This record gives sequence, C-alpha cells and structure tokens, in this order.
Amino acid sequence: MSNEVKRDPDGQLPFISGHSLSSVSEKISDVTTLPIKKMPKFWYGGMFLGLTVVQLLFFAIFVLVTRGTGIWGLNNPVGWGFAIINFVWWIGIGHAGTLISAILFLFQQDWRMSIARFAEAMTLFAVVCAGLFPLLHVGRPWLVYWLFPYPNTLGMWPQFRSPLLWDVFAVSTYATVSIMFWFTGLVPDLATMRAKTDLVWAKKIYHGMSLGWTGAARHWHRYEIAYLLLAGLATPLVLSVHSIVSLDFAVSNEPGWHTTIFPPYFVAGAIFAGFAMVLTFMIPVRAIYGMKDLLTERHMNNMCKVMLFSGLIVAYGYAMEIFFGWYSGSPFERFMVLNRADGPYAPSYWALILCNVMVPQLLWSYKIRTNPIMVFIICQFISVGMWLERFVIVIISLHRDYLDSSWAMYAGTRWDWAMYIGTMGLFLTLVFIFIRTLPIVAIFEMRELVHKEEHKEDSH
Amino acid sequence: MFNAKKIQTYGVVAEFSSSDTILEVATKAHEAGYRIMEAYSPVPVHGLDEALGRKRSILPWLVFGGGTFGCLGGLFMQYWMAAVNYPWNVGGRPTFSWPAFIPVTFELTILCSALTTVIGMFALNGLPRPHHPIFNTPNFDRSTLDHYFICIEAKDPKFDEQDVTAFLNEFKPEAVNTITDA
Repeated sequence: MSNEVKRDPDGQLPFISGHSLSSVSEKISDVTTLPIKKMPKFWYGGMFLGLTVVQLLFFAIFVLVTRGTGIWGLNNPVGWGFAIINFVWWIGIGHAGTLISAILFLFQQDWRMSIARFAEAMTLFAVVCAGLFPLLHVGRPWLVYWLFPYPNTLGMWPQFRSPLLWDVFAVSTYATVSIMFWFTGLVPDLATMRAKTDLVWAKKIYHGMSLGWTGAARHWHRYEIAYLLLAGLATPLVLSVHSIVSLDFAVSNEPGWHTTIFPPYFVAGAIFAGFAMVLTFMIPVRAIYGMKDLLTERHMNNMCKVMLFSGLIVAYGYAMEIFFGWYSGSPFERFMVLNRADGPYAPSYWALILCNVMVPQLLWSYKIRTNPIMVFIICQFISVGMWLERFVIVIISLHRDYLDSSWAMYAGTRWDWAMYIGTMGLFLTLVFIFIRTLPIVAIFEMRELVHKEEHKEDSH
Repeated sequence: MFNAKKIQTYGVVAEFSSSDTILEVATKAHEAGYRIMEAYSPVPVHGLDEALGRKRSILPWLVFGGGTFGCLGGLFMQYWMAAVNYPWNVGGRPTFSWPAFIPVTFELTILCSALTTVIGMFALNGLPRPHHPIFNTPNFDRSTLDHYFICIEAKDPKFDEQDVTAFLNEFKPEAVNTITDA
C-alpha cells in the first residue's frame, strides 16, 4: 500500500488519506463482498483454527454438564478458580470496545472512528465468552434464571446486598447495552452493504437488518441524538461494570482483596487488556486486507499511549497492594504480600510483574509504538500478564488465608484449560464470522471523517 | 390484482452530489413554502434537519422518562422484595439497607435509559419499514454511498408536479424523477 503518507501541518500523520466518500465505502465493503475464491488465506486459516479450538469448548461443556463441576480443580479453600479468572479476564478485554466507542466519542476523538466497530464487536464476543463462565460455574446452567428476581413457588428473592448479584445485573445490562450500541452503529452501514452487494439474497438480508434505513435527514437527526445518549450511558456503565466485578472481591474480607483501590485498579486493567486485544487483531487485519490507510500508524501510536497510561495505573495498583500489606498492620495482609512474592506461586507473580509492568515500558519509545511487530508482541505479553494478574489475586489470596489448617494448593485441571482455551476458539470463530459478514470499519463514520476533511480544506 | 388502491404519485425526487447543494435546496424549498419533504444523505449533514424546518426531537425527554422509571422502579423493586415481601434479617442490618441497593438501581437506570434510547429512536423514525416509496427512486442506492437526495412529497399542500420539478431543476441536480408509492 501507500508507503509515503503526507503529514498534517502540525507534523502528525493523518488518520485517513486519499479517500473520497465513495472510495471509502467501497474499500470497507469490499472486505465483506469479496467473492469466496478471492478471500485471503488468513481468513480461512483463522476460521479453521477458531472452529477447531471451539470444539474443545463444546466437549468441555458436555463433560461438565454430565459430570458436574467436580471435574474442575476447585477445592476447599480455593472455591473460585479458573471460572472467575477467565470471567474477569474476558470481561476486561471487552471494556476496550466500549471505551473506544463511548468514552472517546464523548471526548470527540475522531481517530476512534476507524477502530470503533471492530472494538465494539470484540466487546460483544468477549462478553459472550465471559458470560459462559458464571453460567457454567452454577453447575446446572439450565437453572441460571434462578439468579434473576422472578416470582417463584418458594416465595424467595435474590439477596440484593450481595456483590455477586450486582454482577448479574451489571453484566446482563452491559451485554444488552453493548449489543444495542453495536447494532445502532451498524444500521447505516447495513444500508450501505445493501447497496454494495450484488447477491440478491444478501441484499435482502442486509436490507432487513438495516430495518429499511433510508438516511432521511429526520432519521439522522434522531440517530445522532440517540448515539450521543448511548455513548453517555455506556460511559458510566463500563466504569460501573468492572468496579462491580472488583467488588466481588473487595467486599469480602480476604487478605489482599479487601481494599478500596480495587475498582479503579480493575477498570484500568480492563482498558489495558482490552486495548492489547484490539491491537492483536487490528495489526494482522490491516496488513492482510490492505487497510493501512484507514488503520494508520497514528492509531497504533495513540492506542499504545492509552495502554502505557493504563498500564502505569495498574503498576501503581501493584505498588499499593504491597504498601497496604505493610500499612494495614494486619499480619494476614502482610503474609499475603510475602506469599505472593516468595510463596509457592511466586513464579506467576514475577511473571505478572514482567508482563504487565516491565515489558510495557518499551512503549515509551515512539519507534516501538509505530512498529506493528513489536506492538503485537507486547500485546501478547499484556494479555498473558492480565490473566496472571487475576490468577494471582484469586488463587494466592484464597489458598492460604486465615486458617492455616485448611491451606491447600490449587491447579487447573485439563478441563479447566480445555474450557479456557475453548473460549478463545469461540472468540476467534465469532471474530472471523464478523470479518466476513459485516463491515469491520464503521463506513458511515469514515464517510463523515472524509466529509469533515473535505470541508476543512474548503475553509483554508 | 387484489390491490384495488390506485397507484399514486409519492413525490418528486432530485439527486445531488454535494452536501452544500442539498443544504441550499432544503433552505430554499422551505423558503418557497414547501413543508412535507425529506432529504436523504449518506452522512449526517449538520443543519439539514433545521433547514427543512423541524424542531429538535423529543427523544431525550423519553430517555429521561425511561431512566427515571428504571431508577425508581429498580429501587422500589428491591425495597419491596427485601423489606416487604420477604424481609430477611442479615446480621441485624435494617431490611431496607438502601446503600447496598444502589448498584442494582444504577444498572437498571442505565438499562431502561438505553432501551428507551434505541427503541424510541427507531420507533420515532418509523423503522423497521422494509417498503418505503423512496426506494422506487432510480439510483437511490447511492444515497447510502455518496449522493444526496431530496424529495418534495405529493402530500404537501403546495405540491404540483410541474412546479416542483421546475423548482428542483434550478439547482442543477444530477437527476429529477417523479416517483409513485407502489
């Protein structure tokens, strides 16, 4: 693609270059309308990998449902294992999508436009993966509606004072709002897809899904109000979701969990992990589909800055945990900190410090921030690091708490791993179905960006 | 066949390639006294809706209503369930321990507001509506790509096919078409 890009007068690389309203629509919709024979091997490879790995998930679920949660590595002090680690990990990954589409929208960061759709889709898929874990951890997933307040023959209601119930409301609201936000953003693009596709049946499906969008001025007017309102609603929502997730821990009195820093520290960690996941997919997609003019180096640079910043907050969180261990004056808290650094799980703690605190410091360099391969590698470290963070928080606090007669070790069984890796297959499958069927960049927003750029030139 | 209704003229549609022109046409059409008309664009054009002489949507008020319902309804639901219908003594705490009910109240506020926003927006827009006469316009596909359309509808009291066509032709459109509603 174009190697030399013109810079703005202020020396910045542009977010979009050399496009008109129709060329930008064409470029993005071409990814979806590509004839089957011309599809890149990357897509087939990704889809194949996803579908293969997702079988592991189906098998693990089958075994779990027939044999019960005893197949997992849970034991008596460690009653929360992989299920909650993976749940928190996935839901955190999802948060980047909402951050990009809602918070950056409110701050009028136009660069978000070309990555918003993809990030929102990832939010949805991550929430699907996250939701599976509490759903399956109840052991009998067909009874999961017991979590909701509904009139029943026992005449009982859920315990509204419990953070676990808050989680039910937070996560189901988050899933619902994310779907609506994503769909609302898609509607004008589905209308574009209707125009761009030549297949009669695909035209009909896109038309139906676009709800008959015409682009009427009155509709756009309400649409923009609705989009702004949704962004305004999703912003406090996304902050509340991970705060409530962190309260699952912080409201209890376990050593290492009972701290006030948890909500902001969890939210920062979510953004950190989420941006890493968005970049993990964005970097190969922009290279393979030739989208370097829409997903530019400047986007990568900006996203890396967000990662660096949220990573520093996370590092501050780790420092504070150590500080609280000492300052609380509680021998149990102090022991927990020492047990992290020097106990049987010390390697996972130090690996976490390496992945989340040390490696991301490379992002201070502009050269590294704009080097796709380096960024990709750093993102893998961050993804692993954020998983380890939850492992350290959940397992190390639980396995040795107040009563030393009931200390025990914990390890995930093959079914724990099968389910965790299986959800990655599910995620991959959903991402590749999305790449094939829906525009991966918000077409109408890119048109708006081109439109704005054109009018900027006029005013000079 | 079984459709006894007569096919009627829906309106006259003009096609333009620039957003500035569509704004100008909308403003002039409103000045000329046309009221029942609609512009169609691939991007939201700021000021277009105002140029067509319309007020701000009531959508934010609906959302405010939805949010208030979610907030009060959510708090009342928990109060009724935890303090009235099945009071449950947890460590001697008051049955209506409202600070613990705030997270769920908050989530339900957001949920109801967001549902009102999306459902309200589509309902006010009259969507889903798979069959709209405007789709009969030749080349209308480009309204979702790069062209701008304006339709002065037959329902307008000032509507006269010849006059409207002549009026729209003044702005040098790409095309002017009369479309029917079937």
